[in-house]
Amino acid sequence: MRWLLVKDLRILRRSPLLVSLLVIYPIVIAVLIGFALSRGPDKPEVAFYNGLSEGAEVELGGETIDLAHEGRRLFDAIDPVRVDSRAEAIQKVRDGDVLGALIIPDDLAANLQSTLEPGTVEVFYNAEDPAKQQFVENTIKAQVQSANAALTKRIAEESLRLLDLISSGGEYTFLGQTFDVLGLERSERILRDARTELPAGAPERGLLDSVISFAELARENLAFSDDVLSVVGEPIRVKATALEGGSTSLSSFAVALAVAVSLMFITLLLAAGTLALEREENAFPRLVRGLVSRTALLAEKASLAAACSLAVSLLMLAGLGLFVDLDWGRFPAWLAALAVAALAFAALGLAIGALTREVRAASLLAFMLCLPLAFLALVPSGAVAPALYDVIRAVSAAFPFKPSLDALDAALNDAGGLAAPLAHLAGLTLAFGALARLALARF
Amino acid sequence: MSCAVSAGSAAKTIEARDLVKRYGDRVALRGVSLRAGSGELVAVIGPNGAGKTTLLSILAGIQKPDEGSVDTPAGIGWVPQQAALYGKLTVAENLSLFAHLERRPDVAATMERMLALTGLGERRDDQVSTLSGGNRQRVNIAIGLLAEPDVLLLDEPSSALDPRQRERLWQFILTLAGEGTTVVYATHHIQEADRYASQLIVLADGERVFHGAPRELEQATGTTGLDFEQAFVQFLHQRGH
Repeated sequence: MRWLLVKDLRILRRSPLLVSLLVIYPIVIAVLIGFALSRGPDKPEVAFYNGLSEGAEVELGGETIDLAHEGRRLFDAIDPVRVDSRAEAIQKVRDGDVLGALIIPDDLAANLQSTLEPGTVEVFYNAEDPAKQQFVENTIKAQVQSANAALTKRIAEESLRLLDLISSGGEYTFLGQTFDVLGLERSERILRDARTELPAGAPERGLLDSVISFAELARENLAFSDDVLSVVGEPIRVKATALEGGSTSLSSFAVALAVAVSLMFITLLLAAGTLALEREENAFPRLVRGLVSRTALLAEKASLAAACSLAVSLLMLAGLGLFVDLDWGRFPAWLAALAVAALAFAALGLAIGALTREVRAASLLAFMLCLPLAFLALVPSGAVAPALYDVIRAVSAAFPFKPSLDALDAALNDAGGLAAPLAHLAGLTLAFGALARLALARF
Repeated sequence: MSCAVSAGSAAKTIEARDLVKRYGDRVALRGVSLRAGSGELVAVIGPNGAGKTTLLSILAGIQKPDEGSVDTPAGIGWVPQQAALYGKLTVAENLSLFAHLERRPDVAATMERMLALTGLGERRDDQVSTLSGGNRQRVNIAIGLLAEPDVLLLDEPSSALDPRQRERLWQFILTLAGEGTTVVYATHHIQEADRYASQLIVLADGERVFHGAPRELEQATGTTGLDFEQAFVQFLHQRGH
């Protein structure tokens, strides 16, 4: 087997273009998939027209809200291209220079100040592309709503302060003048004092009792306003609980996905191609005529393909480690996941090579299998009908990509157990290895 | 139905008895037998699809017969019809690889001997894909001889060669036979069967329709004045093929 390995490595060394394509292409595909998955255009250029004067503020009660500060929340999600007018902003969208336009009108501060009219910001975007439309809606509107919610909270807080003033009394400043607000609590106390000074049986006592009980009732009910207004400030809170899967971040999952895709491409193509090459070179009958057993030949091809793809994957991880935080302390787990996944892909590649018996057909079939397997493994539950999802799960389970992705995610990101996907991959390795061995009978 | 393949007989003799091979409904060999002793040259001829390659691949141990038995010595060299070589490896690397796989005790010496035998010493570092069909076939044959086999099986060895290369090849094979190697070869070049074979086997539709010396085939047609190829065609015609 050693000499066959040396022979195959020599052949690979003398096919630099093939090897380069075999390594570079899957890495490019993997990086593109990972990039697409982990990043949207998260800082799109958006034309921004601010009609507010410099330092525009809204005063709610005694509280001053800096609108420029609140507006900057929007810039967390966009890269603003400042323009001088609403028309210019709209034109930039029409020309395709920017993804959308965000207009803050000059009457926003006045409307907010009055609290009679809601402040309105305008968003313009091209809707000819559904993806773009969805992105704008998801990103810009969400950020506007976030700013909106923040203002609501500030207004609710100010309302609370005013209600507290009504309840307990105190000083209140408005337009530079300070007023002493009596408050219900002090009113009730004054009324009670006044009541004691009235003669018993005086008819005014009954009237004062009514006012006192109103003041008492109003004060007690205002005590509940804290809770009510805090709910108004944030009517719905989100409590998210993941039932399945780990807590892998999207960028970490993208690393696992990119590595799984590369591993699949390289191993499948190498295993299928090198086995089919033995037949194309007419060497297979000569080899198995007592020089090498069929099983040993399969083992040699699987080892070669798995070792090469393992090396490329580790290099890829080392490269990705420069940009993404990887836990190198889990290196043994990485190695186990990569090795077992590579062997499973190699077994599938051998089955393809043994069944197709031609390098070109084997390469084409391996290539055509790769992307659909990757995409099937990424279809989320709920995205398709339940029956179809069951079929997709069954198909994904019958090939090594999904368990490889699970194993790599577990190994790289400590997301879930590693044993189950490794056992799954071991089973697939045996199954595809047996299929390849059977197919060699008519190779 | 019984079949047996045994290897390891001490003599340089190969013997096959009543070989039957089926591929689904098609019968490729129908009870074919042959026996060749040390230094003998046995030619297997017949039209396309007659079963020549199937017979040689059973003798080489690549396929098993459905019925019949084969008795061969331990060392059998097999030269397939199409060169079984790695185009991306050099001549020397191909020889070295198969010498290692054949577990030759002195790989370097074996390789040098084969390079000398094939006259390809100067092209030892050339990739096989750059060689002519004739030179490739010489390497192909050299690999079949690496293990110094007692019996050499050649499947249409001269099909890719020009007349000059064919002549050189046959001189080489005759030398081997002169040294005691038993040679069984299938060929479409009828004149090669007439000129070099001590035994002739004619297959048609998987059946052995003639077995004897080449001269006897001419006599079997009952005609005179025909060359060997015409006699062969006449013979098949008379047998309904």
